[in-house]
Amino acid sequence: MKLITAIVRPEKLNDVLKALYFAEVRGLTITRAQGHGGEMERVETYRGTTVKMGLVEKVRLEIGVSDHFAERTVDAIVTAARTGEVGDGKVFVVPVEQVVRIRTGETDMAAVTPPFPSASPAT
Amino acid sequence: MTLFSFQDIAEPAVVSGPDTAWLLVATALVLLMTPALACFYGGLVRSKNALNTMMMNFAALGVVGVVWALVGYSIAFAPGSALIGGIDYLFLRNVGLEAKGTIPHILFAMFQGTFAIITAALISGAVVERMRFGPFLVFLATWSVVVYAPVCHWVWGGGWLGELGALDYAGGTVVHINAGTAALVAASILGPRRDYGQQAILPHNVPLVLIGAGLLWFGWFGFNAGSALAANEVAALAFANTLLAPAATLVVWMLLDLARTRRTTAVGAATGIVVGLVAVTPAAGFIPPPSALALGAIAAVPSYFAIIKRARTALDDSLDVTAAHGLGGVVGALGTGVFASAVWGGVDGALGGNVGQLGIQGIAVIAVIAYSFGATFVLFKVMGMVTPIRVPREDEARGLDVPLHGEEATTTGEGAILIPPEVQLARLAREPIALPMEGGK
Repeated sequence: MKLITAIVRPEKLNDVLKALYFAEVRGLTITRAQGHGGEMERVETYRGTTVKMGLVEKVRLEIGVSDHFAERTVDAIVTAARTGEVGDGKVFVVPVEQVVRIRTGETDMAAVTPPFPSASPAT
Repeated sequence: MTLFSFQDIAEPAVVSGPDTAWLLVATALVLLMTPALACFYGGLVRSKNALNTMMMNFAALGVVGVVWALVGYSIAFAPGSALIGGIDYLFLRNVGLEAKGTIPHILFAMFQGTFAIITAALISGAVVERMRFGPFLVFLATWSVVVYAPVCHWVWGGGWLGELGALDYAGGTVVHINAGTAALVAASILGPRRDYGQQAILPHNVPLVLIGAGLLWFGWFGFNAGSALAANEVAALAFANTLLAPAATLVVWMLLDLARTRRTTAVGAATGIVVGLVAVTPAAGFIPPPSALALGAIAAVPSYFAIIKRARTALDDSLDVTAAHGLGGVVGALGTGVFASAVWGGVDGALGGNVGQLGIQGIAVIAVIAYSFGATFVLFKVMGMVTPIRVPREDEARGLDVPLHGEEATTTGEGAILIPPEVQLARLAREPIALPMEGGK
């Protein structure tokens, strides 16, 4: 089981969600985050006070998947979230000890839906 | 005393205290409508574009205000031809404290100026979230001179539509049909937002929209009742109609929402109020109060369905300026031709036996649509040839507030680093200098 954490641009979120849907990934958590990598800071001015915005709005996705799904999930995210500009974000794939579905108590493979990719995935 | 006949007064004009007092208030009320519109529009767009949307309206206060004083007022109201005013009032020459009707001339000019401001500001609703700010300012200035002022002259300034007998009490054609048509042209030429039809674009602050609608209604009392240019019975009629018609529109709008979706929405209520106000604008001083209820109720229907229909087309008239103001104005202008009553406002409409009035209203509607369409088209096209009018793709995706205005509408300020003044000056002088955390001193 893997936990995939991705930091992407907010304006690409809808594209990423669409790509994940087509990759048959269901179930994710999204949080608003701020951060920065290598991008140039923007300058803002309020009534004579000039500030550099050191942190940029980002969105974090967290998706728990079975090992079979890890690669296609990462591919979907990377392809959808890429703009080519500095600040596109990162994806982290982390091994997970256990996943539990709260409603039923199922664990690991039974706790993620679908556990296996279908034979002919939609693109 | 209706707008298009004040020039027929034979006796010498004298400034009246009560009339002036009311028009002073009315001018302030109409001015308030532009910040109110900024709130209304600002709440409807995404938060990353809120400031740009509101700035387009606030900027109109400045740009159109100045242009009106210098040039617009003269083109609209100075004695001239059937098509355009003269140069007598350029730079507000000859516009002093002497009476124009029963109020000081300068006050009349200011009152009319607030109308010019809101008309141009209305168009911003069609171009939100994607237009460069500089070209928009240029558009405000040129449109108010080339399109607004002549149309104003045609109807109110002694031009051919007024002479023809077209009835427009407070600006159904001059303001709303004019702006609504220009909005259609602007949205078409500019093109749709990249996210239009692709993603859900939702209002970021509905309470702000409601505040805007409420303040618009408040200010509209000055817009309509102030157009009596006096504190008299006709002003009271216009005031009453400005309460009744939007009330009826709001009720019908909510019923339509209930029938179609089993829910009434706040955004719908706000929109319904504005549509009612638009529809009663040309009619306010001409129709009996019960007819205002009827006109308001009728006006809800075309605009309601136009908005739904438009959202399914390729036209990204983002805030439905054409459906609310253009179509609402047409319904109002034609409704004036139907419901006008000589007993109340001096002229009869179709219901009073004067079917010809409806025809005259039709001519006015067509003329204003045609001119506004053509002239706005030329203005936009010429501007587009000289400079790009649309923002770059990345700016549109990330929001216009930061790239165009260097500000955020709401921010926690977390992660913001203060740039000390000496660093600012050095940066302006293009000297290399680093902030302390970058390794400088």
